Amino acid sequence: MPAAEAVFRPVAEHGLLVDLADRPARAVHDRVLALDRALAAAPFPGFVEAVPGHVNLLVRFDPLLTDHRAAEAAIAGLLARSAGPRPPGRLHEIGICCEGDLAPDMAEVARRTGLSPDGVVALLAGAEHEVAIYGFAPGYAYLTGLPEPLHLPRKPAALRDVPAGSLLVAAGQCIVSTLTMPTGWWILGRSPVPILTGNPARPFRFDVGDRVRFRPMSRAEYEAAP
Amino acid sequence: MTARLQVVAAGPHVTVQDAGRPGLMRFGVPGSGPMDRLAFAAGNRALGNPAGAAGIEVSPGGLVLDCTTGAVGVAVTGGGFLVTLNGVTRPGWWRGTLRSGDRLAIRPGSWGSWACLCLAGDLEASPWLGSRATHAPSGLGGGRLAAGQGLTVHAPREVAAADLILPLPARPRHAVRVTMGPQERFFDAAARSAFLSGPWRLSPAFDRMGLRLAGPAIPPAATLDMPSEAVSRGSVQVAGDGVATVLMADHQTTGGYPKIATVIDADLDALAQLRPGDRLAFRAVTPDMAVTIARRHAATVARYLDGLGRYGD
Repeated sequence: MPAAEAVFRPVAEHGLLVDLADRPARAVHDRVLALDRALAAAPFPGFVEAVPGHVNLLVRFDPLLTDHRAAEAAIAGLLARSAGPRPPGRLHEIGICCEGDLAPDMAEVARRTGLSPDGVVALLAGAEHEVAIYGFAPGYAYLTGLPEPLHLPRKPAALRDVPAGSLLVAAGQCIVSTLTMPTGWWILGRSPVPILTGNPARPFRFDVGDRVRFRPMSRAEYEAAP
Repeated sequence: MTARLQVVAAGPHVTVQDAGRPGLMRFGVPGSGPMDRLAFAAGNRALGNPAGAAGIEVSPGGLVLDCTTGAVGVAVTGGGFLVTLNGVTRPGWWRGTLRSGDRLAIRPGSWGSWACLCLAGDLEASPWLGSRATHAPSGLGGGRLAAGQGLTVHAPREVAAADLILPLPARPRHAVRVTMGPQERFFDAAARSAFLSGPWRLSPAFDRMGLRLAGPAIPPAATLDMPSEAVSRGSVQVAGDGVATVLMADHQTTGGYPKIATVIDADLDALAQLRPGDRLAFRAVTPDMAVTIARRHAATVARYLDGLGRYGD
């Protein structure tokens, strides 16, 4: 697919998947988020919601009010005008404790990467991560920006009942989990900061495009957190 | 005024639902709500409830309730379940009033996978993100029902007993319409043809998140490393081993598997009422046809619900 073109793929009677590239890249995600912002600022009649992916945006509409052709024309118009650098997303500092049983995979990740556990934590904390997409389950924000040495494939087997708040790492991304669930990702810490905030005015801590820095915290500080 | 109900027995996956929580897919939250939205809307309309009122979705595990205090109108809709009031059989689509001492049982019958129990009044249940619909994988929202649990209905109303008409679009459908894609290009001609010719059956892997199908293997043509992207209720996603799954009310919001097709919304309620082992076929329509069908379906449903609203009162 040529760099600046979009491909509109119909999804049933209620959506268009707007593909902006085949492969993920920073510039591609910039365009996804620019289109997302443009739709939020100037929704076309019948627009329902937009859902960002790594290389595309799903645009859902009400088929009683519009159709694929009208939606495509509206989106194409926004795409032509929505280029340009993205504004920096809000920066969140998220405390993480990477000690003991809160980081059960630390020793194995250190062994596989040839780093010390402190070296792993330093890489996690030194990077600026970015909320690329939400997916999988409520509040699961996929963060990109993980330093290259920590890019590991998933574990061979999933672990059950991994607690909410776990810092999970795999496939070049990380997640702070929100539910107790099985996972095949590497568990490198735990955060006392819930991503599902419980605050009705702002129920999700991050917006897509926000930036995240992890701040290592001691076990004592983790235990004392509210 | 309140009415109180006591759960005597509840199978797994019996949950509180309402019209769902649309518009939060970008935060990883699917719409949830009833598997059979038409049946749920019919139950609420037959009681004079607002369209989004909370009620109970009954799985094939069944539900038995005692009314312990007060009186409350109820409507049972959805699949062809066996409904008994104090041991006396009622029609599968029925409304009436439960009074203190009454026992209502809803058990699987001759067809269907989901029944709806709507209540004339305001069912007390915890909201999450503005909706009392239960997101089954997390249990967030109104939640699952369990034996021994009490239910409270505020401002209950009594209703005259009546049989309800089961509308044609609410019957299970063995052929559902799809638009192809958005990733049909990842499947070769043989796999696309096998998808449309089947034969397919529902496998026992069947829940509020999705229906896994048994049928021809339709593996994607290339080994893929597709970047994760949004999926929809109705997406037919195909894993690397060629097994197809239709995503339903509590689906994950993103996935990295290609979608060969998407079931149109008008056919999803009827699809949800199939049972494991039932046959299923997919018929391709163009996106324009899908829009036309959606508009015709919405008009039919609106006319039917208006008729229910006039019933017997």
